[in-house]
Amino acid sequence: MRTRRWVPWLYAGPAILLLIFFLVFPSVETARLSFMDRGGDSYVGFQNYIYAFTNSTMLTAFRNNAIWVVVFTVFTVSLGLLFAVLLDRVRYEKIIKSIVFIPMAISMVGAGTIWKFVYAYRPAGASQIGLLNAIVVGLGGQPIGWLIERPWVNNFCLIAVGIWMWTGFCMVVLSAAYKNIPRQLMEAARIDGANEWQIFRRVILPLLKPTIAVVTTTMIVFVLKIFDIVYVMTNGNFSTEVLANRMYKEQYAFANYGRASAIAVIILLLIIPMMVVNIRRFKQQEAIR
Amino acid sequence: MKRGAMGFLTRTPLHFVLIGLALIWMLPTFGLFITSFRSPEVVGETGWWTVLLHPFNFTQYTLENYRSVIFEGGMGRAFLNSLFITIPGTLIPILLAGFAAYAFAWMNFRGRNLMFMIVVGLMVVPLQMTFIPILTVLNDLSKVGIKLGGTFPAIWLAHTGYGMPLMVYLLHGFIAGLPKDLFDSAAIDGASSLKTFFRIVVPLSVPAIASVAIFQFLWVWNDLLVALIYLGSTPNVGPVTLKVANLVGSRGQDWEILTAAAFVSMALPLVVFFSLQRYFVRGILAGSVKG
Repeated sequence: MRTRRWVPWLYAGPAILLLIFFLVFPSVETARLSFMDRGGDSYVGFQNYIYAFTNSTMLTAFRNNAIWVVVFTVFTVSLGLLFAVLLDRVRYEKIIKSIVFIPMAISMVGAGTIWKFVYAYRPAGASQIGLLNAIVVGLGGQPIGWLIERPWVNNFCLIAVGIWMWTGFCMVVLSAAYKNIPRQLMEAARIDGANEWQIFRRVILPLLKPTIAVVTTTMIVFVLKIFDIVYVMTNGNFSTEVLANRMYKEQYAFANYGRASAIAVIILLLIIPMMVVNIRRFKQQEAIR
Repeated sequence: MKRGAMGFLTRTPLHFVLIGLALIWMLPTFGLFITSFRSPEVVGETGWWTVLLHPFNFTQYTLENYRSVIFEGGMGRAFLNSLFITIPGTLIPILLAGFAAYAFAWMNFRGRNLMFMIVVGLMVVPLQMTFIPILTVLNDLSKVGIKLGGTFPAIWLAHTGYGMPLMVYLLHGFIAGLPKDLFDSAAIDGASSLKTFFRIVVPLSVPAIASVAIFQFLWVWNDLLVALIYLGSTPNVGPVTLKVANLVGSRGQDWEILTAAAFVSMALPLVVFFSLQRYFVRGILAGSVKG
């Protein structure tokens, strides 16, 4: 289509201007601030980065982010896959899909409230109003401070909330890919005497590989930025700190813009490899079209 | 033949696993829902599951918590604020992203591909990274008499900017897939690009626009962070998420209030989700598996 040279910019312009103001300029400015002192007045070299890699709370945050990346990603993707494959075999597929998918529509604040209630803790002897502790006590155990018990119990409890919210996403994407697999392939394997597990390992899994890769990278990018769940439920106390929440604290609680910016840059640098993967995928799509 | 007793037996574990998992997924929300209808005295005394012993004994339910959070707790006002933030915060970005996606898909200009890659690549910038510089600018602007911080237009623009990469990406995917003939014949008929956009692109892209709209709507409605930064904690403009977060801080042990407030904040997203689930799913798929 022939158009005057400036016309395209009229269409793309407003979007690009807003992006420059809200994303490009701040990112560049943040990178600059990460080499400055707390008020952004004088140059301090790599001091903020040295802090980020040596301070003990920061190291806890790094460790927790690593736990999040592994546990969250493994559970969301494999539970999503489990739902996608198993639900295809039952008649009530739609209802269960809706149920698993609902948490995607809820705010983190809402989800935080829901789960704080599940994890509610009362001292032994008092009647437990939190579901989880009621079960534990009902089975004859001692009530557990789910969000306080560090570092494994509380971190896993927080990650469980994330899994609850995001498994639906993985399920929907993987289920769509699963339904695209020609049924004849599975039938053929069945006729050749393969059992269900072999069909899953040898037929379904290889064919779903590209989609699993996409879902996995999406989950990793998301979880590297994880903030709200931790902010709402523990605010990083009791060794549950994560990078994004630490950054928010440096920025607002301690007003140390240099350190906050350095952490932001680190998060971005962790995400970039994932971005490269995604852009490569995009280029492949372009080539196909 | 196979679907006899044997089939049923081998399938029992399957049903067991699926229904069990679904129950686990539902229970937390269900507990919240029940609790929001119980009176303060019993909420602190017994678990919500005790009502299931006599579920039809209606004297154990009350609407008092809802009355109290909506009219006295300020949730009513916050609900209106949320609407006032979310509706323009959804419509403005759709229009601008639609224009941009149209340009990227069907107009030739220098640097188009590079520009598009940058726009999509911006999806990975952590939002938190942008706040300090932008707040500094807003602060400087207010010194010269342009007050944007703490106002609705500021948050509309912010949500427009932050939502743009994903929206342009999703809409571009759809608009680029429209048949080329349509655009050729529109050009032969002498239709202007604006006319082509509103008469051809928009009507044909309704499904994609709907799914992007739901995404953005849920994102903006459920957002806490952007509201926290751009509106501050001023109660008269704060949305429901801010209100609930404040209640968690100030009345953390009053579960009947928290649960009712959380449910008020979840009501509209749930309605939107259930009535438009089809489009929501389509949007997710367009964003991640479209080949």
